Order: sequence, then structure tokens, then C-alpha cells
Amino acid sequence: MKFSYYPGCTLKTRAAELDEAARAAAEALGVVMEELPEWQCCGAVYPLARDELATRMSAIRALDSAKQSNQPLLTLCSACHHVIKRVNNDMRTDADMRTKVNTYMDLNSPYSGETKVVHYLEMLRDTIGFDKIKECVINPMSGRKIAAYYGCMLLRPSGVMQFDNPENPSIMEDFISAVGALPVKYPYRNECCGGYVSIEARNVSREMSKKVMNSAVRRGADTIITACPLCLYNLNENGTGEIPVVYFTELLADALGVKTREGGLVHAC
Amino acid sequence: MQKIGVFICWCGSNIAATVDVEAVTEAVKAEPNVVFSTNYQYMCSEGGQSAIRNAIAEYGLTGIVVCACSPRMHEATFRKTAAVAGLNPYMVEIANIREQCSWIHKEKDEATEKAVILARAAVAKLNRNVPLFAGESPVVKRALVIGGGIAGIQTALDVADAGYEVDIVEKTPTIGGKMAMLDKTFPTLDCAACILTPKMVDASAHEKINLYTYSEVESVSGFVGNFTVNIRKRARGVNSDLCTGCGVCIEKCPSKGAKSEFNQGLCNRGAIYIPFAQAIPNVPVIDHDACIKFKTGKCGICERVCTAKAIDYAQEDEIITKQYGAIVLATGFKPIPMEMYDEFQYAQCPDVITSLEFERICNAAGPTKGKVLRPSDHEPPKTVVFVQCVGSRATVDCGKTYCSKICCMYTAKHAMLLREKYPDTEAYVFYIDVRTPGKSFDEFYRRAVEEYGVHYIKGMVGKVAEEDGCLLVQGSDLIADKQITIKADMVVLAAAIEPDPTARSLGTMFTASMDTNDFFTEAHPKLRPVESPTAGIFLSGLCQGPKDIPDTVAQAGAAASKVIGLLSKDKLMGNPCIAGCNEPLCNGCSSCELVCAYGAITYEDKLVIDHGVRETRRVACVNEAVCQGCGACTVTCPSGAMDLKGFTNLQIMAEVDAICR
Repeated sequence: MKFSYYPGCTLKTRAAELDEAARAAAEALGVVMEELPEWQCCGAVYPLARDELATRMSAIRALDSAKQSNQPLLTLCSACHHVIKRVNNDMRTDADMRTKVNTYMDLNSPYSGETKVVHYLEMLRDTIGFDKIKECVINPMSGRKIAAYYGCMLLRPSGVMQFDNPENPSIMEDFISAVGALPVKYPYRNECCGGYVSIEARNVSREMSKKVMNSAVRRGADTIITACPLCLYNLNENGTGEIPVVYFTELLADALGVKTREGGLVHAC
Repeated sequence: MQKIGVFICWCGSNIAATVDVEAVTEAVKAEPNVVFSTNYQYMCSEGGQSAIRNAIAEYGLTGIVVCACSPRMHEATFRKTAAVAGLNPYMVEIANIREQCSWIHKEKDEATEKAVILARAAVAKLNRNVPLFAGESPVVKRALVIGGGIAGIQTALDVADAGYEVDIVEKTPTIGGKMAMLDKTFPTLDCAACILTPKMVDASAHEKINLYTYSEVESVSGFVGNFTVNIRKRARGVNSDLCTGCGVCIEKCPSKGAKSEFNQGLCNRGAIYIPFAQAIPNVPVIDHDACIKFKTGKCGICERVCTAKAIDYAQEDEIITKQYGAIVLATGFKPIPMEMYDEFQYAQCPDVITSLEFERICNAAGPTKGKVLRPSDHEPPKTVVFVQCVGSRATVDCGKTYCSKICCMYTAKHAMLLREKYPDTEAYVFYIDVRTPGKSFDEFYRRAVEEYGVHYIKGMVGKVAEEDGCLLVQGSDLIADKQITIKADMVVLAAAIEPDPTARSLGTMFTASMDTNDFFTEAHPKLRPVESPTAGIFLSGLCQGPKDIPDTVAQAGAAASKVIGLLSKDKLMGNPCIAGCNEPLCNGCSSCELVCAYGAITYEDKLVIDHGVRETRRVACVNEAVCQGCGACTVTCPSGAMDLKGFTNLQIMAEVDAICR
């Protein structure tokens, strides 16, 4: 199975391990991730103003590029996935925006939301299947108690993201079971970590991140996994520091026994 | 040769502000056979009607066109007017220049032109009208009430007191409905059982009322005044004639695993059970799915202990066929399932309960004998959070867009009763708005706040999280503009209410129309609130829309008065606008029979004279008593043999021609 792949800026810098582990694991699972040529920043924050078009354009370029390759667009970073999926939905449902954007961008053919946007976790669940992953695991995480932290970006707004039940999600718990660990469900797994607020008001983010981590620890978790570089940053920097927070792809690569290009796997797991 | 009069209504400014009524009056004079036209401020008023009567007499009119509101509104009115003046009522045509013209256009020129065209079409049709005469059909003097809650019971009692026979069909083993599950009733706080159970006894003791409990309507045929209904009386496993209601079988039943429906699953019941102590009839029923005898063939304890020899495992469902003149739908409601509201953790935490569960917990005959205890550890809660509008006034898919109407008041009642019984327990209520439009309702709510110290918080709850045996209720306080978290021991969700799921199939069966929320629609939202658009079908209680007990009882009485009005007639005038078959054209293809929703069309071998050729062949026959005049057959018929009186193909084509002229 072949996907166009959108890594995003953070995955080339601070969150390189999220990207590298994902690529290594995908190779082991027989999935080809074809990085988009000349991709740009996704826009970073989905613009809530309906007449804000400029910051949507780079996401649309990525979507159109995948459309040209006739492939679904695979994303990994929660924030990028959020922006790209929502902008794609705008292009499909908002005729006014579609007209303006296409008039301005002058693409080879008008773009109207044709590309299917798939998050890496959705790819694991729907394309490969968690049962298949279970078979591929050579280094099962037996005895580990792992808590999934969803954050907000993957789940909401649920009508557009269509990722999982926003109030009681289970895809990451199913993933944790597939790699042989015990998933720890805790009530704050879908609450906000504070997001970008930590830049301006660290104490707010501290309160929120601590609440999340405390809740996971209280239910007996030894590790937290996430798909979001910003969530990882906040939980690590503003949380209680009691347990490690790692990317879910690191856990996957570890379970599959694959190495990244640098050869060294992946800290913490 | 027709002599046609055209009467144009202003409807105050409803029509006259947008349509130049003088211009229409002048324009229609040029139409074929129009000998008179005029306009008037309110054609439906006595002044307008007398103008019509006078013109019929003065000009010897053979037919009239009234350009006014929708025929659904006043066609019957003007037909009566024509009849008084000696005209056949089917020589009246309505041109709807209000709903279909003045209300939807802004430009006067455009609206006037359209009004002229609509009037012209009506004249063209009227030129081809012939007098029609309605047949008569007898009225069966018995009513059927479907649903044995407070609505059904009240309607049945009122109809029976007027001297007519009434059957109540109730799907559960007892009458009483949801009201029987309630503890106290707002705003007077009288106990629900104390005011309901005497009515249940009255209904069962009434010589004119016949109860079919544990029964459902299987099928229906016929029409207003003469419905034939098949009722499936499900096998109770207990012979009602022999059972003395002693209760020994219930006591001795070894199977105790089934959840009590009456107690909202908060406690168990046996496989043989009565739903609650005051159930009527006081005859147990065997739950086949829970009964050891039915599952394994062994046991039979109830049979052995029953001294009356009433247990009958071999009992089978019975189909009862009866005739009714009128049918009342009183199918009631249920709270929507809370399982999909994961933010409140209803499915995960036993101490998050619905308001109906809270009623049972408060009730002296309930699972906790009236003590308010948490389901998880049977400890009294110290803080209870009530969440209103769960699923009501919703903008998301799983909720209901409407206000469930009863929750504000019962939540105030719950909080008040809680504070009354346990003054040390804190009660918080999260609300969007507190809606108290009812007699003594706002005073009641204010008592909850001012006298009982219930904390009302304007805002919604976003999340309930269970941490260390405590429920952390996260919500927003909009007035303080703060996000707050309340540590609660119990959370009570005021679930939206929706029509009982059986309403949909009954609606199809009785051709009783429903809105998008599956509430039955009334024939007119203001003027005919207890009648379904289908003649002879009446609506009682919550199946028509959310309402509390006082409103339900009032509506039940209103439905009863409509039923009594119908049953007091010996004969009903039928609708002469029904289908007929032009036999020489019919080729016996059966297309019409297949589309007829009422089963009004059959086929017979008949002698047909077609262009002088006499032959016996298969042709369609319309049962005039059953045909509802929907016209489905006329548009289906490939040979044009089917025609609808009052709406013949020729009349419709004349209208189309007039519009396109």
C-alpha cells in the first residue's frame, strides 16, 4: 500500500523520532510512505475565520499534490493532521471558499476536497489492521501499562475529524493492546494539555498537563504515548515528570524490532 | 352551461398587501362562464359568507371559486356556505392565493399575476366539475385506546363515562405507564401513586372499559367509523381467570437475574413477576427469556406452588379481532439512551444515573425503599449534581433539537426533595435556561432556590471524570465566567424524552403522520390539536409532543371529547372524491391494486361493452367505503382507466392548460 506522506516542520526538527520511527515501522509493515515533494508548513493552526484563505493555501497545496499522485495523504503529527483534514473539509463543503481559492491558486485542475486524508493511526487500524500488527510484533510489550494521550487535535471537531468517539476514544488503546501492552484508560486522556498557551501562560498549561499526567499515574500507567509533538512537549515540560512520555511510533518500532536510519532505537521505550 | 362566481378574499392585509385584489377581480371576469366576481376583507366571516350566498341566489350560480387561503384551512367552511345556498358542495373550488402566493412573494405585480393565474386554473377546473354525492357509512360505537399510561387511562375513562365501550391495549403487563414510576409530582408534590392508582382501578373496574395488557396491535383495516383491528394478546403463561394474585409464585421463583424494567434496572425481579405492587391487572407474567422452565425444561416450581392452578406454560399468543369507530394513539414516551453521552460517563459509572432512575431511588417502593443511596456503594451522597438538557435543545447528531419541556420542573423537584430529606446534602443544577411556564411553576422553582438552597449554575457540563471514587464534574459557570469543577458523589442526568419506539410502526399502520422526531402530527397545529390528519385517529398525551402530567390529562380529555363526538353519530358522510374505474379502458393489469395503500382495489370478471363488443374480462373494482381518494391509482394506471372524482384527469389537464395559457 502506497501513501503520499506529509511530515510537517516539527517532524524534521524537534520531533524527528516521531517521523523516523514511523518510517521504519511502515517499511517493516510493507507500507510505502512517499514524501510529498516541496511540501510547506501546513499552516500550523487551523484558521477559524472563514474568510482567512491565505493560511489555508499551503495545506491545499499538499492536498492537491497527493491528488496529482492519485494517493491518499498520510499524516502523522496531530496538529498537521487537524489542519489538513479540516481545510480539506472546507474545500469539499464550502462552495464560496472553493471558488475563491481555486481562482487564486490557478492549479492544473480545480481542487475540491478529493484527497483522502489518513492519519498514521487510522492507517494502522484500517489499512493494516491491529490483528496483523499483533502478528508482526517480535518484541511484545508484555507487562507494560501504557496510557494513551489523545489531546484535542485528533478528535475534535468530531464531525469533521471522524477519527474516533471524542468522549470515549479507543483507537490508541487498541493499538497498545496490539503491541502487547496493557492499555490504561483514564478520564483525562482526551483533555487539552494547554497547547500553545504554554508560551504565554505556562502556569495554565502546567495545571492542565499535571491533571492529565496525575490521572494516568493514578490509574497505574508507566508510560504515556501521544501522536502530537506539542502534547509531548507540554506533558514533559509542564507535567509532573513522574512517567515518560513518548511517541506512539517509537513504541511501535520498538515492538516490531526495527531500527531507525541512525541505527539507534529510540529512547525511553 | 356553468354560471361561475369568483370571490377574492383580502385576508386582512395577508393577501391584499401583496396581491392587487381589485385587479384580480377584474381579470377573472374575462374567464369562460364567469358571470360575477367580487372581493371582500374576510371572505370566511359571516359578511363574506353572506355575500357568497346572496350572489348564488341573485345570479343563479352553478359553481363558485374562492380565492383565499389553503383549502386545508377553509374549504369545508365554503362548502358549507354553498350547501346552505342550495349548491352542491363539490361545486366549490379554492384558489390558494395566500400560502402559495401572497405569503411567498414580495413584488405586488408578480403576486397579482400569479393570483390571476391560480384563479384562472380554478375556474378552468370548475368548468368541468359535476355535483358529487357522499355515501353514508355506519359508526361502530366502540373506541380503541393504544397505550395504558395516564393519557390512555384518562381518555378511556372519559369516553367510557359518556357511555361508549372502550378497549385499552397496553404492551407491558400493567397499565399505569411512566407516571406509575414517578415518586412525587410537581408543582404540588402529591404522590404520583396516590393520584394515579385510583384511576387505574377506575379503569379496570369500569363496566365499559376492557383492558388488553401485555398486548399489541397487530394490524388494522377499514376507515373512520369502522376500523377492524387485530390485537395480539401475548401469552402471559398465567391464566388470568384463575389467578388470585396471591404472589406465592413470585416469591418462590428461583430465577432472580432479570433486571426490573419498572425500577429502571436498579434491582432485579424474578422470571415470573408483576411489575409493581399496585399493577393492574394483578396477574403475574412469565418472562420466557428469564424462565428456567422455558430455557431448560426443568423447574416448574411456580406451577407446583400455585393453588389456583393458574400457571399455564403452554399458553399461546391469542389474536383478537374487533371493530372500532375511533382509535386513540396514546403511546407515550421514553427517555433517550444515555449510553452515547460518554462525556457524562453514564455507561461507565454506576453513580451517574438518569432522572427516572432517581425517581425510583426516591420512591418508598423503589429499590432503596426511598433512601437516596449511591448505586455503587449504597452510601448516601453528600453532593449531587443535576445536569439539565442532556440531549435536549441539541445541535449534535445524537441529541434532539426540541426542548423536552418537563425536565426543568422535575429537576427542581428532585433537588428540593433531596434537600428536604437530607439538609446536609448539597444539590447543584447545571442549566441552559430554567423554563417554568405553567401554573405555579415559577414559584415552585424559586422555592427550590430560595427556601431549599439549591445551587443553580447557568452553564453546561463538559465532562464527568471518576477519580478515586469521586465524580469530578467539570462545567462552565457562565455568570461567574469561570470553569468550575465540582466534587460530586452522584450525578443525575435529565435525559431528553422521545416518542416510544412502537409509535413509528403504529404510525405506518394507521397512516398517522409523524414529524421528523417521530411525534405524531396533529391535523392542525392550533385548531385541531388532538386529531391526526387521518380521519378517526386521535392523539392523546406525549406521543404528540413533550408535555407534563397536567397537559397530558387535559389533552387526553380533549381527545376523548372528539371521540365522543364521532361515536355519538349513527352515520358518517363519506368522501365522494374517490377513485372509479372506466371499465372499457381497463386492461386488468393490476398496477393500481399494487399501489393502493388502503387495499381498496380488487379485480373482478365483468361484462364489458367496448366499442359494441361484449366480452367478460378482468377489470378493477374500487371499494368505495375503503378508498381514501389519494389518487395513487390514477397516476399509475397505464391506460387511463382509473379516475378520481373531483380530481379527474380532464380537470387537472384543464388547470394545467389554464396556467400555461
